[in-house]
Amino acid sequence: MVIRVQNDSFDAGYELNKFTRLLSSSGAIVSFSGVVRDIPDGLSEMQIEHYPGMTERSLEEICNEACSRWELEDVLVIHRFGNLKKGEVIMMVITASPHRSAAFEAGEFLMDYLKSRAPFWKKEIGLDGSTWVDAIDKDEQALDRWVKEQD
Amino acid sequence: MVIQVLYFAWVRERIGIPKEDIVTNAGTVMELVSELRQKGERYALAFSDLSSIKVALDLELADFETSISGIREVAFFPPMTGG
Repeated sequence: MVIRVQNDSFDAGYELNKFTRLLSSSGAIVSFSGVVRDIPDGLSEMQIEHYPGMTERSLEEICNEACSRWELEDVLVIHRFGNLKKGEVIMMVITASPHRSAAFEAGEFLMDYLKSRAPFWKKEIGLDGSTWVDAIDKDEQALDRWVKEQD
Repeated sequence: MVIQVLYFAWVRERIGIPKEDIVTNAGTVMELVSELRQKGERYALAFSDLSSIKVALDLELADFETSISGIREVAFFPPMTGG
């Protein structure tokens, strides 16, 4: 299991290849990368704040939960903080499993939980002022799906 | 008891500092919030709408009704927006 919270930029392709080389029993690898996108008024930069200590702990809990629900050989989560420019990779999730459906589902599970339960906050610094990105109801509702499936 | 209180994102901006030590006899998070609100306008504004604030006790998400007995670190922040 790889969990990294870092200020430095990283190469998503390199991480995927390195992760893949270390696998032995997986036939399915799903990777997701989140990238800084532009805003209507023009984005100068995105600032990402986090809660050191709680961030690592919550990511570990989420990854452990994914590993207990699906047959996964390995998972990776990298999430950046600090000041990022448009087009930069913010974060990455990779799941590896013998089966495609497990790899996809676990990847979605990790993303859903990471969005609403890992203590990161995004601020968009636009050319016309800055705003904290609001959490949206849809992200919170996305978690319901996983609660129901556990029953 | 002395508790370290941390603020993140716009909660931090409204209060003006990232963390502080608070001497308190509060039994629950809600009682601590009531005490903080008395500290001034910035605090009253930051804690004006609790439906948009989350709380963590010693790095675990909690509710406003949760007891803070034995807790060393309390953090207040808006709903997370990772990913």
